[in-house]
Amino acid sequence: MLLIHCPYCAATLPELEFAYAGEAHIARPADPSTFSDEQWRDFLFIRTNARGLHFERWRHVHGCGRFFNAVRDTVSDKFLTTYKAGEPKPELEALLKAAGKDAAE
Amino acid sequence: MSALRIPGKGRVDHAQPVRFTFDGKSYQGLAGDTLASALLANGVHLVGRSFKYHRPRGVVSAGSEEPNALVGVSRGSGREEPNTRATMQEVYDGLAAVSQNRWPCLHFDAGAGADVLHRLLPAGFYYKTFLWPKRFWDRVYEPLIRRAAGLGVAPSEPDADSYASRYAHCDVLVVGGGPAGIAAALAAARSGARVILADEQAEIGGSLLAETGARIDGQPAWDWLAAARAELEGMANVRLLPRTTAIGYYHQNMVGLAERVTDHLAAPPQHAPRERMWRVRAGQVVLAQGAIERPLVFHGNDRPGVMLAGAARTYLHRYGVKVGERAVVVTSHDSAWQTAFDLADAGVSVAAIADVRAEVDSALLAGAQQRGIEILLGHTVTGTSGRLRINAVTLAAAELVATAAGRVLRCDVLLMSGGWTPSLHLFSHTQGRLAWDEASQSFLPGERTEDCHIAGAGRGLWGLGAALADGAAMGAAAARAAGFSPDMSAPTVEGDPAGSGVTTTELPGNRAAHNTRAFVDFQNDVTAKDIRLAVHEGMRSIEHVKRYTTTGMATDQGKLAGMNALAIAAETLGAPLPAVGLTTFRPPYTPTTFGAFAGYHQGETFDVTRKTPIDPWAEASGAVFEPVSLWRRARYFPKPGEDMHAAVARECRATRSAVGMMDASTLGKIEVVGPDAAEFLNRMYTNPFTRLGVGRCRYGVLLGEDGFIRDDGVIGRLAADRFHVTTTTGGAPRVLNMMEDYLQTEWPDLRVWLTSTTEQWVTVALNGPNARRLLEPLVEGQALTDEAFPHMSVSECRVAGFSARLFRVSFTGEMGFEVNVPARHGLELWELLAAAGQEHGLCVYGTEAMHVLRAEKGFIIVGQDSDGTVTPDDAGLGWAIGRRKSDFVGKRSLARPDLVARNRKQLVGLVTHDPRTVLEEGAQIVEDPNQPLPMTMIGHVTSSYWSEALGRSIALALVEGGRMRMGDMLYLPMPEGTHSARVTGTVFYDPQGERLSA
Repeated sequence: MLLIHCPYCAATLPELEFAYAGEAHIARPADPSTFSDEQWRDFLFIRTNARGLHFERWRHVHGCGRFFNAVRDTVSDKFLTTYKAGEPKPELEALLKAAGKDAAE
Repeated sequence: MSALRIPGKGRVDHAQPVRFTFDGKSYQGLAGDTLASALLANGVHLVGRSFKYHRPRGVVSAGSEEPNALVGVSRGSGREEPNTRATMQEVYDGLAAVSQNRWPCLHFDAGAGADVLHRLLPAGFYYKTFLWPKRFWDRVYEPLIRRAAGLGVAPSEPDADSYASRYAHCDVLVVGGGPAGIAAALAAARSGARVILADEQAEIGGSLLAETGARIDGQPAWDWLAAARAELEGMANVRLLPRTTAIGYYHQNMVGLAERVTDHLAAPPQHAPRERMWRVRAGQVVLAQGAIERPLVFHGNDRPGVMLAGAARTYLHRYGVKVGERAVVVTSHDSAWQTAFDLADAGVSVAAIADVRAEVDSALLAGAQQRGIEILLGHTVTGTSGRLRINAVTLAAAELVATAAGRVLRCDVLLMSGGWTPSLHLFSHTQGRLAWDEASQSFLPGERTEDCHIAGAGRGLWGLGAALADGAAMGAAAARAAGFSPDMSAPTVEGDPAGSGVTTTELPGNRAAHNTRAFVDFQNDVTAKDIRLAVHEGMRSIEHVKRYTTTGMATDQGKLAGMNALAIAAETLGAPLPAVGLTTFRPPYTPTTFGAFAGYHQGETFDVTRKTPIDPWAEASGAVFEPVSLWRRARYFPKPGEDMHAAVARECRATRSAVGMMDASTLGKIEVVGPDAAEFLNRMYTNPFTRLGVGRCRYGVLLGEDGFIRDDGVIGRLAADRFHVTTTTGGAPRVLNMMEDYLQTEWPDLRVWLTSTTEQWVTVALNGPNARRLLEPLVEGQALTDEAFPHMSVSECRVAGFSARLFRVSFTGEMGFEVNVPARHGLELWELLAAAGQEHGLCVYGTEAMHVLRAEKGFIIVGQDSDGTVTPDDAGLGWAIGRRKSDFVGKRSLARPDLVARNRKQLVGLVTHDPRTVLEEGAQIVEDPNQPLPMTMIGHVTSSYWSEALGRSIALALVEGGRMRMGDMLYLPMPEGTHSARVTGTVFYDPQGERLSA
């Protein structure tokens, strides 16, 4: 069972308190009526399905209730970071460098 | 006392005999015995029949890796366990065990005919034979094969035992209580770290339990062990868990431990759990799982009496049992020589030690000569004999094997050792890499992914001294990593036997390949020939070889077979061993009961049952309940002598003619509050909400972004900034989650707050022409006239003295009210209304009558009349879409090409040709019942009931282009015959809606 850091509670807690909520950084368009059928299809259904680092959403559903974002390695299941909804995508290279340093320690 | 039990020897209690039965025959064992050691003390080697060929099999090992000695153990009905390893089951007075996979009995098994036919049954035989005739596979071949092959019989009764589960946290978890594990636990615990030490054996000690020669810190090994255990037991920061198997190593140092609590007791305490699953979150993990001895692969290596040399040494020293009277040892590793010496010293006649190596350490040679044991270097085994127990072995010099006849040596046990495999199963669960070590000819732990340390034989170290030193070092390293300051000191060891060896593949023999029965996987009856066959037939990956031959796929997961299978596959492929690689180890490490995983989640505590405050009243009134999501709801209230049909008909009649009352408290309720609440609901629901007046309600439809119906419910506006939103009973958590998602992540600028209030309100629905007459005298602060309080109104007022939210809504088509009062007053209100309703002909109804009444009006139930592919238009709810709204969740999708296609399935009514026929829900609909199979299905029945009000059956159905088929006759082919039904509108009763204000 994973341990997940909630950026709102600033606490690392068991996976049981959290729910997965799909890929992150897919914003609903301000005016969906301007989207073509193809654009709308992509927004609804097309997802990254990454092997490796993946931006994804989680909800601390049995805690503060907040949705937040995470970077997780889908192969090792390790979280590189979690951050609040609305914050920009973190720089992956910097994250990997930091993770590599942790592993070396 | 049997001649095979050495008086006074071992760790068993010679003063405490116990009686047990095996296949009905009574035997005596000693307290501290396993079933295997007790049977061996009685000279019983034959304990089972093999999986495929029904070959006689005996005890091979002394631990959890045992492939052969699987028995059924029973404590009576509901307490039966198949496939229990006799090497792990402790004996107790009255233990009853039976052998498996034999008929009529263990000594004469009719299924052994399969062994004679072995040349017809190679690996993957069922892919190649039994292909004709085709229909025979399902009916004849597969049932036959399944009956012939197998292990124990699954119990037929529900498990009568209970199981516990527990979470635990520690700084250092040590897996394995052998010398390395004990040294690690001591080093960590002395520094103050919280330590858990788990070991699967009944007693903590591991290989020390079979160590009598060596001295540790100047003391005999057992004295050192007793002192170490006493020290650990005395420390408040240490928890010792014997009989506890670490079954899986999960993310971030969570390790699952399965503890056997009562399986060793003659009379378990009444309420004690049988097993307990520990979920341990450890700061650091030390894996000290040791190594598992490998069998040698030669013709006839599976006969009862052929066993691992290390196991024989364990039976001798730990249990005081000689496994035979006359032994031959065959080995590729030094350790078996020590076994031979110990057995000879205990009075067993050791006829010879045959070593496949041409050169062996001179000290070992001297030890053998000194004991008069014949030494045969560079030798191989070409065969064994004996039907139910080995009686002779044929040995030959390896270089002469093809030409010389070999020497036949009589024996009653053949002890083998093919070296030792580091046990790295748990390490592999972490996706830790294994690296091939040429020097030790084994896979050793490589790159780690978790905070774990591998100690002792698990990382290829040999000998007691090395294990203790490495354990202490790894325990200290773990403690240091957990933030403690351990000191480094390892015990000193004298008399530690040296050990080295070589890895072999199948030993050279002199028989034709097709007639060689050299077993690699004892439990799944896989031979060396099968593995070579798999390679020759094109299996290149070891994972394919495994699945084609089933080697390593039995309940022992190839603990003995894995390395031998790999070596033979690599040799056949002509590839180096590390290039072929091991198969993946997966949890659990050993077979684990479903009970241990389920823990408390069985019977009444399997899941939550939600009950409303009215539930006790319903139960006392004889209600029949049904589950609706996690709720239990009253389905109907039968009077004496009534069946469901009669009760529901009566409840429907009373509601349409007088007044019916139902507990609607399970409806989901969400309080939506804030200056932007109306705007928020306007964006979430299809309907317009911004201009909904205070005190008014609106039916709302909620879509997913894909345009399909997710939920529906009535939404009442209590104030400019406050809404009372209702959802379906099962949909409340999903709807709240969805609302939170949009509010938090798409529209964080909206000032809205959401609160679940489902359990804060009790909701009583009153429906029927007398509903207002019943309610009116009880209501303060709100007139109930059609003018003051028309249909779809909401008011905060008092009902029967309780502050209430009163809705005028209807899910039946009758004049209807829903009274919400704080949950704590719910039952009192209910009882007041039940009493006051007597003079108005009040009848309490359940969910079944509710379904009938709403279906008569064509009101849908989301999830029954819709299935996640239904748009509002499909469901006939096009009117609920705010056409002038620029956006709402799902709006853009309603214009997707597939969602505006002409022939979508639409909800329609169906009336059967025969009014008495109530169609089956889910029944498929066709246009032409005489078309050839398979028929083209154009829809299905979603709701179907007997309508008491109409005196006939009614149904709702989703049908392709349904609204264009009004008046058409459609057909429903069923096993009992084809029904015909005419397509109608969905409103069967009071189509003008006149009764809402009657």
